[in-house]
Amino acid sequence: MRELINKLSDPIFSFPGAMLLYLALLRYYRIFGSKKFAKIALVVILGLVAYFFADPNFFLIITTPDNIPISILFVLVSFFTWLTFHKAAENDKRIEQGLCPIEGTPENREKVWTWPNLVYTELFTIIAGTTFLIVWAILFKAPLEEPANPTWAPNPAKAPWYFLGLQEMLVYFDPWMAGVILPGLIVVGLLAIPFMDTNPKGNGYYTFQERKVAISFFLFGWLVLWLYLILIGTFLRGPNWVFFGPFEYWDLHKVVAENNVNLSEYFWIKGLGVSMPKNILLREIIGIIVTALYFVVGLPVVTKLWGKAFLKSMGQIRYYIFMFLVFSMVSLPIKMFLRWLFQLKYIIAMPEFELNL
Amino acid sequence: MADEKRLSLNRREFFGHLAVGWSLFAAATGGLLALVFRFTFPNVNFEPTMSFTAGLPSDYEKGVDERWKNAYGVWIVKHEGILFALSNICTHLGCVPNWLPGEQKFKCPCHGSGYYVTGVNYEGPAPRPLERFKIVLNSEGKIFVDKTKIYRAEKGEWNNSDSFITV
Ligand code: FES
Repeated sequence: MRELINKLSDPIFSFPGAMLLYLALLRYYRIFGSKKFAKIALVVILGLVAYFFADPNFFLIITTPDNIPISILFVLVSFFTWLTFHKAAENDKRIEQGLCPIEGTPENREKVWTWPNLVYTELFTIIAGTTFLIVWAILFKAPLEEPANPTWAPNPAKAPWYFLGLQEMLVYFDPWMAGVILPGLIVVGLLAIPFMDTNPKGNGYYTFQERKVAISFFLFGWLVLWLYLILIGTFLRGPNWVFFGPFEYWDLHKVVAENNVNLSEYFWIKGLGVSMPKNILLREIIGIIVTALYFVVGLPVVTKLWGKAFLKSMGQIRYYIFMFLVFSMVSLPIKMFLRWLFQLKYIIAMPEFELNL
Repeated sequence: MADEKRLSLNRREFFGHLAVGWSLFAAATGGLLALVFRFTFPNVNFEPTMSFTAGLPSDYEKGVDERWKNAYGVWIVKHEGILFALSNICTHLGCVPNWLPGEQKFKCPCHGSGYYVTGVNYEGPAPRPLERFKIVLNSEGKIFVDKTKIYRAEKGEWNNSDSFITV
């Protein structure tokens, strides 16, 4: 059983699994958002947690002080995701019946004073937060390590927990891509949301039905990409950044056969059986064509299949910026799959110019 | 009443107070800035020398030698009849890989890049091989490593006669 779980948590299975779960969540959000589901899920999860904790290797990792925020993060995110869908499901049902959302009912529209209603809440939050931090600081040790040494790195060398998703991305990309361009696009994309989102619905109340696309894309990036990668990076990456299942012992000498190959090598050496051309552009031509196709052909095709209505309602500029961001986001899982399935290192590899895709 | 306090300042007093206040403020700011400036002269400066002599070629056994790793960040590798100085900076994002003798490879702890004993990358995200440094024999026949001169494989520089010593 444990063996099986170790196997299944390997990204090649668990990532598609996470994606399927996510799709199921969107499809059946009304069931997911029901109180009954929450109760059953809570029982099941508590059972699972007990089962997982019984394993010494898992226990060791989950109780590392550095990793505890992640556990808290997952509890909180699960709860709030459920809460959102719970409220959204309720409202969607009301809207279907022609009623106004719960937030719009007369008793909920009543206004209250900032003082004392808001200020009191804030005061208590501050006190509770401070207490929590103090208790935390007493309970969990964060000792100083030996003096910094530029010729030695801890193994595994892990980023702060909130950056572990980025660090996990770096496994699949060149530092320029995963360290600069993609994070930049994430920030720019988040900033751009208010300018691209022309849908006036859902203002001041929870709903899913009326903002399907916006919510689905955002939560995909947040839950499936960002949080999933943090999860992998924190709990399932051990020494030498090798993958370890949740019940596996972090063996420093675990050997993983991996031999990553660039697309150009696949094409010239394995495909055509000739040596790589000297000219860099010619050498990488396949990668360049593939990348160009992804955007130049992919965009119109997607637009034709699904995008027409949006193109109309958003206008050309908004639509294409939105699509560019979506395509960049989707390129991350695509690259990950290519790595897992074909051991592909880089689609375009020009180390001469520090440019790799 | 004689001891009744005046509650306002006259012009001269006002400017007097103002001058004192601003002088104190300027002095405090200046002091802070001086402290900040002091930081640009650290007490300890970690600047290892960029070149060193590394003994005789016969001092080295076949394979990877780690004796200069901590001091200079260099592995001296004897492999297939040549001796070369390999940088210990991962070409992905600059972590320090470990030499794993059991598996005969360098493995980076940060994102899992792996390199053969030659320094050529083959697994993980590293885009190019580890860099080699200039390595020559000086007049006494000792190895001299110069880290300011770098040889990169993808530029075909490993054929350069200064990038290795034939043994
Ligand atoms: S820094 Fe070595 S693999 Fe990323």
